[in-house]
Amino acid sequence: MQDATRGAWPRPYVPRLPARLNYLLHHLLTPNRVNRRLARWLETHRRTGQAFTAAEKAVKERAFGCRMCGQCALPATGYACPQTCPKQLRNGPCGGVSPDGACEVHPELRCVWVVAYERAEAAGHVEDLSLLQRPVDHRLTGSSSWVNYWQGRDDGLWADPEGVRTRLPIWPTTGSAA
Amino acid sequence: MTADLPRDRRPAATGPPAAGPPAAAAGTGGTPGLRGAIDSGRFAVTAELDLPHGIDPDRVDTKASALSGWVDAVNVTDNPGASVMPAAMAGSVLAQRAGLEPVMQLVCRDRNRIGLQSDLLGAALLGIPNVLLLTGDHPRFGDHPGAKPVFDLDSVTLVGAARALRDSGRLLGGRTVTPAPSWLIGAVENPFAAPQRFRAARLAKKVAAGAEFVQTQFVFDVPMFARFMADARDLGLTDRCTVLAGIGPVRSPRALEFMRFEVPGIHIPDDVVRRLTSVPSDRFAAEGVRLCAEIAAQVREIPGVGGVHVMVFGKEGLVPEILEAAGIGPRVVGGRVGRRASERGTRNVG
Repeated sequence: MQDATRGAWPRPYVPRLPARLNYLLHHLLTPNRVNRRLARWLETHRRTGQAFTAAEKAVKERAFGCRMCGQCALPATGYACPQTCPKQLRNGPCGGVSPDGACEVHPELRCVWVVAYERAEAAGHVEDLSLLQRPVDHRLTGSSSWVNYWQGRDDGLWADPEGVRTRLPIWPTTGSAA
Repeated sequence: MTADLPRDRRPAATGPPAAGPPAAAAGTGGTPGLRGAIDSGRFAVTAELDLPHGIDPDRVDTKASALSGWVDAVNVTDNPGASVMPAAMAGSVLAQRAGLEPVMQLVCRDRNRIGLQSDLLGAALLGIPNVLLLTGDHPRFGDHPGAKPVFDLDSVTLVGAARALRDSGRLLGGRTVTPAPSWLIGAVENPFAAPQRFRAARLAKKVAAGAEFVQTQFVFDVPMFARFMADARDLGLTDRCTVLAGIGPVRSPRALEFMRFEVPGIHIPDDVVRRLTSVPSDRFAAEGVRLCAEIAAQVREIPGVGGVHVMVFGKEGLVPEILEAAGIGPRVVGGRVGRRASERGTRNVG
């Protein structure tokens, strides 16, 4: 019944793997000479590129409820995917979360940001949640976030609040500051 | 900005005689309005102006006149509860015509970044001096639950976009806008929603992005609110951002149930529920107003609280009564001084 009326909206997803393991696994994805070359090659070979993207989707859908935004925020959110928030909020929870942590849209589920906070805290990464996330670039929807990461398209995906005045073009706060 | 010293500065700005001089020369050293309150550290008062469902501009006037002289600014809501209402920009203009300073609310639910920035520019074009930028309730709660939820930006990125537009005259897409707008930028926070330990940090993100004032969700749990304020002080937020505590009366058992179970994000602790439900039903409304005034007086004593934001669900006539009972007197807005509730006759609006 709930799916009939709320089925199309994203549903908060509890990640399948422990946060610490995710932080460890991330080292495998860090851009290097090999995966940068792989990324370039995948973008010039359409069929294989599509298969690679489909494989990434299969893995991340199961592990994180991935919705293929193509610009992965997981490393900064305790590996709980903010795109599974019904409002797809990338900078923290909305004000509608109940005091005990229930999502306002799907009250039977826990807010994904409550999960993110607990996971980040348990892994010693709670300060990551204070990073300022830039708006999603919808042109990347459906593409491989790993390829985008290796190709450098994720540079500036988030910003240190302290540096916001001077650093990132997506937060062009003071024209004269730089 | 001296927003961290509101209580010491407050008396200078309140209670001038009704026949007193115009606002700018009222001897307060400050200018009227929300920016004046924030810049001078005077205790700020804002209230929600609920637009009428229909399109009768005279009703906006009537509601506005109930607030005139008692508030620094009025919030004009943007389709609250995800139900269709007249546009906040139109309501803001009507509030201005009625002599009130508007705070135009803008939510991320209904427009993408093009629409949001367009409305920000429109507000600047119309001389609307304050904007309040928030996520917005999900369509699930409104009168069009089948609507497409947009949420292209979130409240933090919308605040960042507004500040980029104001302080560097640039749209998110990079194009320059001259002259740059000058609004005061506000945000909201809910100290009572989980994860509670992250709430001050979330406010810190909005302050880093550019929020200069913040209005909170209804405070019914004063100790929990005090903990949030302690976190906010520890992060240095109260020096950079004026916190207006959200208050409002619960006027009936039905309203109590509605606020507890149907409005997301409102937290009413059990002792407050017991207090309200223990009075006879004919005294419920009066008890709700008394409770609201008590909470207003209590939050005012919490260090770092720079004002109150009064939400009355269309009963604008109650605002002076609550403020007076809380010991927060009338103020000078646009050269007019609020009359005491006892001098206002019995006209209650709503």
